[in-house]
Amino acid sequence: MCGIVGLFLKDPSLEPQLGKLLTDMLITMTDRGPDSAGVAIYGAGSEGKMKFTVQSPVPETDFDGLAQDLGKALGVSVDMSVNSTHAVLHIDATKAGEVRASLAAIRPDVRVMSRGETLEIYKEVGLPRDVADRFGIAGMAGTHGIGHTRMATESAVTTMGAHPFNTGDDQCLVHNGSLSNHNSLRRRLRREGIYIETENDTEVGAAYLTWRMREGASLGEALESSLDDLDGFFTFVVGTKDGFGVVRDPIACKPAVMAETEQYVAFGSEYRALVNLPGIEEARVWEPEPATVYFWSHGAAPTTTEKAA
Amino acid sequence: MQRLDLAEIGLREVNKTLHAQAENTNQTAWEIVNPKGAHAIACGLNAPIEVSVLGSTGYYCAGMNRQATVNIKGSAGPGTGENMMSGKIVIDGDASQYLGATAHGGMIVVKGNASSRCGISMKGVNIVVQGSIGHMSAFMGQSGNLVVCGDAGDALGDSCYEARFFVRGSVKSLGADCVKKEMRPEHLELLQELLDEAGIEADPKDFTRYGSARNLYNFDVDNAGAY
Repeated sequence: MCGIVGLFLKDPSLEPQLGKLLTDMLITMTDRGPDSAGVAIYGAGSEGKMKFTVQSPVPETDFDGLAQDLGKALGVSVDMSVNSTHAVLHIDATKAGEVRASLAAIRPDVRVMSRGETLEIYKEVGLPRDVADRFGIAGMAGTHGIGHTRMATESAVTTMGAHPFNTGDDQCLVHNGSLSNHNSLRRRLRREGIYIETENDTEVGAAYLTWRMREGASLGEALESSLDDLDGFFTFVVGTKDGFGVVRDPIACKPAVMAETEQYVAFGSEYRALVNLPGIEEARVWEPEPATVYFWSHGAAPTTTEKAA
Repeated sequence: MQRLDLAEIGLREVNKTLHAQAENTNQTAWEIVNPKGAHAIACGLNAPIEVSVLGSTGYYCAGMNRQATVNIKGSAGPGTGENMMSGKIVIDGDASQYLGATAHGGMIVVKGNASSRCGISMKGVNIVVQGSIGHMSAFMGQSGNLVVCGDAGDALGDSCYEARFFVRGSVKSLGADCVKKEMRPEHLELLQELLDEAGIEADPKDFTRYGSARNLYNFDVDNAGAY
């Protein structure tokens, strides 16, 4: 199982409510995924800064003095805001490439959840309601966001096994389904130098997209080639800095419902997740086609690319 | 008209109330409000009652239905009418995947489109879709009729037995052992009856019939690739 929700706002007046709407949607999907939950929020960014959302199993020790220590290691000033087991580090974008190595040296237990100008990822083990409350997701504003409730099948119930996964700057992936060729693909991607931390199948899916984009593919192209290279069941929802995309495998047995109004585009594993959105009664509601890549962005009109199964 | 508010009394109470209706009940008309995509609404009914669901439903609405007429005034989630025995389901909007899976009897009418695996392993149900249907529909269909006024997706009727398929539009591809067949007068007559019962206006002459080539009934090593 697993539940996915996504909300992309077209109407800026809804932006202050993004976290609240997304939290309601996420909690509705609890019985599809009660063991862990996560949310990717695209909020405010500041010019020239990169945001690193980091997590620690012992936040009180690890986050103590982290901004100063990391700032010293990088030679720039670092701002930090702690949120439960997570913290967001605001770092000069020119130093972004050095952050992971510096963190590994000064705080080896701290894990990077996401990196991007506007993206923040929060995820933990527990019921979706508890996870959302822990981070105060309902109070967060933003332009779009993706949430996931997990019922683990392929790997352990851990924070690192929870979704969303960060695939590249300001990009993230959530997954409903299970990949069956993740072991061989993981070996292949590791040979290509792609860092994969866990035995989780979705992390391999995310790493695959990262690798394809490193090799020059656009996100849309990477999603299209995933239809050839990933074996198994999947409905993927991907977040990008200015939009989100949806793709389902050619068999499409994992459910997906979309709704669109003048104000938003919403995704849910089930229609239930969408019922409390404003104006849902008048929304255009449909199921995304199998083996078809859908994209919505603030920059352009929605596009779909069909790929023969 | 009896009204049941799902938001107020919950799913179990709604279904319990409907299950309590005897064969000769006087309370034959029911309305369910606030369905909000909930699962298993009006499942397992067994009385000649009419139930209207005012909104969209989740998984397995009207599953295992006998005798009852269930009208979903919205769209229906996966597995609607699964294993229905008799009665009628009318969906005003679209239907999600595996509509009427394994259903033995009765009729399901979809005024919008139906998704993938529509009528999978159908065993006697009649399904009439005013719009189009998705891929792998009527996979292993054993008996009954699937009528599609729009188009059919990939692999229609794969590995089917004696179910009949009538499609007015295009078929993206036929599944293994499913072939185009001649429309004889008895088929035109049958199709007219099904369309009439569904309340859909269409000319049977515009439809093409598909069904089993009956090559996969018995194991033949030459067909190994098709199994």
